Amino acid sequence: MSSGSGSRNTEPWGSFDDNLIQGGGSAVIDMENMDDTSGSSFEDMGEMHQRMKEEEEVAAEAAATEDDVADDGEFLGMKGLKGQLGRQVADEVWQAGKRQASKAFNLYANIDILRPYFDVEPVQVRNRLIESLIPVRMINFPQKIAGELYGPLMLVFTLVAILLHGMKTSGTVIREGTLMGTAIGTCFGYWLGVSAFIYFLAYLVNAQITMLQMLSLLGYGLFGPCIVLLVTYNIHFHFLFYGLWLLLGGLSTLRMVAALLSRTVGQTPRLLLCGTMALLHMLFLLYLHFNYHTIVEGQNQKHRGRSLWFSCCRSGAVRSARRALSRWFLCLCSNNFALSVTMETSTKFRPMTELPDFHEHRDVVIEALPPIGSQQPGELTGNTCSQVGHMTPVSSC
Amino acid sequence: MAASEEASRPFAGLSDVSISEDIPVEGDISVPVGPSRRDDEFSTLDEPVKDTIMRDLRAVGNKFIHVLYPKRSSALLRDWDLWGPLLLCVTLALLLQGGAADHEDQGGPQFAEVFVIVWFGSIIITLNSKLLGGTISFFQSLCVLGYCIMPLTVAMVVCRIVLLVSSGVIIFAVRLVVVTASFGWSTFASTAFLADSQPPNRKALVVYPVFLFYFVIAWMILTYSP
Repeated sequence: MSSGSGSRNTEPWGSFDDNLIQGGGSAVIDMENMDDTSGSSFEDMGEMHQRMKEEEEVAAEAAATEDDVADDGEFLGMKGLKGQLGRQVADEVWQAGKRQASKAFNLYANIDILRPYFDVEPVQVRNRLIESLIPVRMINFPQKIAGELYGPLMLVFTLVAILLHGMKTSGTVIREGTLMGTAIGTCFGYWLGVSAFIYFLAYLVNAQITMLQMLSLLGYGLFGPCIVLLVTYNIHFHFLFYGLWLLLGGLSTLRMVAALLSRTVGQTPRLLLCGTMALLHMLFLLYLHFNYHTIVEGQNQKHRGRSLWFSCCRSGAVRSARRALSRWFLCLCSNNFALSVTMETSTKFRPMTELPDFHEHRDVVIEALPPIGSQQPGELTGNTCSQVGHMTPVSSC
Repeated sequence: MAASEEASRPFAGLSDVSISEDIPVEGDISVPVGPSRRDDEFSTLDEPVKDTIMRDLRAVGNKFIHVLYPKRSSALLRDWDLWGPLLLCVTLALLLQGGAADHEDQGGPQFAEVFVIVWFGSIIITLNSKLLGGTISFFQSLCVLGYCIMPLTVAMVVCRIVLLVSSGVIIFAVRLVVVTASFGWSTFASTAFLADSQPPNRKALVVYPVFLFYFVIAWMILTYSP
């Protein structure tokens, strides 16, 4: 009925215009003309597809298929994977799977996102490495921080390698984990974690720095510690380490602090941000050195290469960790280092007493530190602090 | 609605699907399975196992020779395979392991550590070289880096043998020389393949991680003590 009067066959399949123009009856296709055995549209499509393919291949296969025709007189496709329909289905499934896999890959593993941050020349990297040790005094105008990730990433890997070397030579035994995992975790954890933390603080105090710049700044700031550790893991002199710690560690910290200062306004925000940065950076270098320090004196110390830190973590008791931390600070205080590190946050490096708020908060400040004069030096040797700072052969741990 | 019209316009016949009996249905419903004959030539499922193994072994051996004499050829890159790197990595890890397994101190790195260093390091170097604008593909780069561990594996074997004799200062000097030479060879061989795929002014940026990678492995070999 639909095609009888329809002389407007614009589409090959007989468009719906015929039914609509007729108007009078329903627009539904008359089902009595449908052949029940025509099968599903899938088979029709398959048949059409196959027919189109056949038209392409018929010339090439005419000779070859002559003798196969007799064997393949069965129904189309019901021969498993060797059948044309089976092969075509497999082909479509493969294409669909491949499309999905490449979509997922492009979405999640698209490294092109990071490509612009690796667009550097070797000369630039070298210059930035050297500049990371030179603090810039201009803090009234935002300093330019390069936003690249190649240098920082390579520096972190170099630090991992140096740390691994230090761990091996100090005979560190990591019970729950591997040396490699610890080294990678420490270095990457520091780089990513501290960057994120300082970025968060910067966000709180409204400093003008992006996450990429922070990653880049801290990454390049690891150049100083790399050199220090490379030297002091091999040459064991305490004064050498303390000197290099102050010199190279201090210079790289100053560079980072100056860059942050130039991008922050307000005294308290500056104090907070730069103080935290300086503290974390200097303490990290100290930690890396002493944690994997070779015990040169005292043979019975050899098996105690495990550090104070790990024993506290493993015991799980917060109190012991706090005790250890306070003991550690005590050692530092007894060498008068902690004071200078934590208090040295003023921009012009004036002495502590000239800070405007010092006299008001003096009691709080002094209370927070453990009293220095109250403990005799003799008391310190009895605890593990000696293992960290003084290297006397005491076996208590 | 003749059958010929149906054949020429694929969907022409679907508007009227019923086929009345007096119209003969022509055409060939049979499926030409010609390509199966062509497939037999390309499919390697039916060949004897010995052929497959020999072919793969020959390919691996060919690549070993290319590493031994690193000239700028693309054979390593063209048909990459990861059998060689796996073999070398497992050999190296087995040799580096178990030096002081009975002591508390670790005289040698554990198997997992070597494995992780080799594969993780290779992946990082590959990502780095791709990010710097290299034209080499992921697996090709893994293949090259893995095959170039061969000189270091040879050095490990030599060190192991030499350490069986004694462990004095002279032996250490010998080991140092051998390991340094093989480290240089590995780095040179891999940069001969990898650096070609980089823009010329950025070769140093790609070479440094490769240098670090082989340096760590070489240092692990050197500090191995049974």
